[in-house]
Amino acid sequence: MGGYGDVQMLDENGLRMDGRNPADLRPISIETGVVPVADGSASIRWGTNYAIAAVYGPMECHPRKIQRQDRAVLDVRYNMAPFSTTDRMRPGFNRRSREVSKVTADALESVVLLEMYPRCKVRVEIEILCAEAGTRCVGLTAASVALAHAGIPMTDMVVSVASGKIHDVVVCDLNKEEDNYGEADLPMGILPNSGELVFLQMDGDLSPDEFKQAWDYNMEAATAIHEIMVEALKGGDS
Amino acid sequence: MKGRWVARLYNMSVNDDAGGPRSEGRASRLVAPGEDLGDSEGQEAGHGILVMDGRLRATKQGRVTMNGNAVTIEPLRSAYIPRPSDLVIGFVEGCTNNIWFIDIGAPFNAILPMSLGPGRAAFGGTRSLMDIGEAVLCRVQEVEETHSSVVTMKGMGLRKIRSGNIEDIEPHLLGRLIGKGGKSLRQLKEDTDCRIIVADNGRIWIDGELDGIVDVRDRLQVMSAEAKSIGGVA
Repeated sequence: MGGYGDVQMLDENGLRMDGRNPADLRPISIETGVVPVADGSASIRWGTNYAIAAVYGPMECHPRKIQRQDRAVLDVRYNMAPFSTTDRMRPGFNRRSREVSKVTADALESVVLLEMYPRCKVRVEIEILCAEAGTRCVGLTAASVALAHAGIPMTDMVVSVASGKIHDVVVCDLNKEEDNYGEADLPMGILPNSGELVFLQMDGDLSPDEFKQAWDYNMEAATAIHEIMVEALKGGDS
Repeated sequence: MKGRWVARLYNMSVNDDAGGPRSEGRASRLVAPGEDLGDSEGQEAGHGILVMDGRLRATKQGRVTMNGNAVTIEPLRSAYIPRPSDLVIGFVEGCTNNIWFIDIGAPFNAILPMSLGPGRAAFGGTRSLMDIGEAVLCRVQEVEETHSSVVTMKGMGLRKIRSGNIEDIEPHLLGRLIGKGGKSLRQLKEDTDCRIIVADNGRIWIDGELDGIVDVRDRLQVMSAEAKSIGGVA
């Protein structure tokens, strides 16, 4: 982060490289039922990001050692396809995907009513097919739509979105260049109906004021994204 | 990248009635998990509804139905969770010396002990009575808190299934298949001249002439596809 001060990411009118205002999101579209064999599935296009999430279960929990007698366990796997980035991603689990899987599982665990399915497992598979920036947010958002699509009971859906800082200006929903050459990144997982927070990370530094601004952008964006999620669910399968 | 490519907060949702007509409070209203369904005062929370801080909250995607003062959600998708006295069609998935393990479409296999089985065989003779892969019509005897269940074949009409076809639909569509007082199901049986048993786990046994079986199958598939494609708006 930082150290690339010569990259011009804002023009004289304050517009960003792709023509967005600081508060604007990239275009988002969500479809449900894209994996017919899964119990629930969703695909999401978020700018040039493209991800698919599939949910299987509730099913018998294997391996038995991770089984819980009083609730189900969420088995989340986040994976980036080898062709999803310009440098080939080595297939399989790595440190980063392990971390993203964990934070995604933690965020989803706080909304899914796991205690309704003791000793079971709910499998959530997130596959990033094309990555631009903010894939953890894209994956988490897709996963919560897929869970709702599978009929897994949950108190709310998680909407995830990131804001960040470029050239000392706080902007919403960073793209690739802004993420790479910007100064900070603040992904958040928000419950849109209650405004609660279930996931928060910060990369880089933000002053209290900038943090507040990024927070507000995320909250505002979450409302808009939630609308798209609900619409996708109510519109039936593609 | 030009202006068209940019989504702004206010122009993101293009289609305001994507879920079809939404009349207030009536059966056609579709909800998503987390949606607020009003004050819980004087209302009873049914399936798929949770009371949080005195408000009713949807926990599933589906259609809201009001029955008296009970609010329930008719889910668009659901897993089968066994309940005692459910009639189910299962497949033998494994056996030990005196127990069969029956796949009833639930998260866990059900247990069918020799004493509740179709007949008696010597200890170790479970496979001579019912082998792996065979279908049985049975009833759920008990379900534990942890969802492990015991099924029985002692009872009227409970038996090994030797003929016909078994089809799957999602358990929440059974109501639609059976109809009010069994009307639609009776009609289906008459139309196709088939013997049909609808089990609570969403499996349907169809027996009769080949044409009839194919006809029933087609109708079931159409019903499932319709329920999915239009978000369950009937």
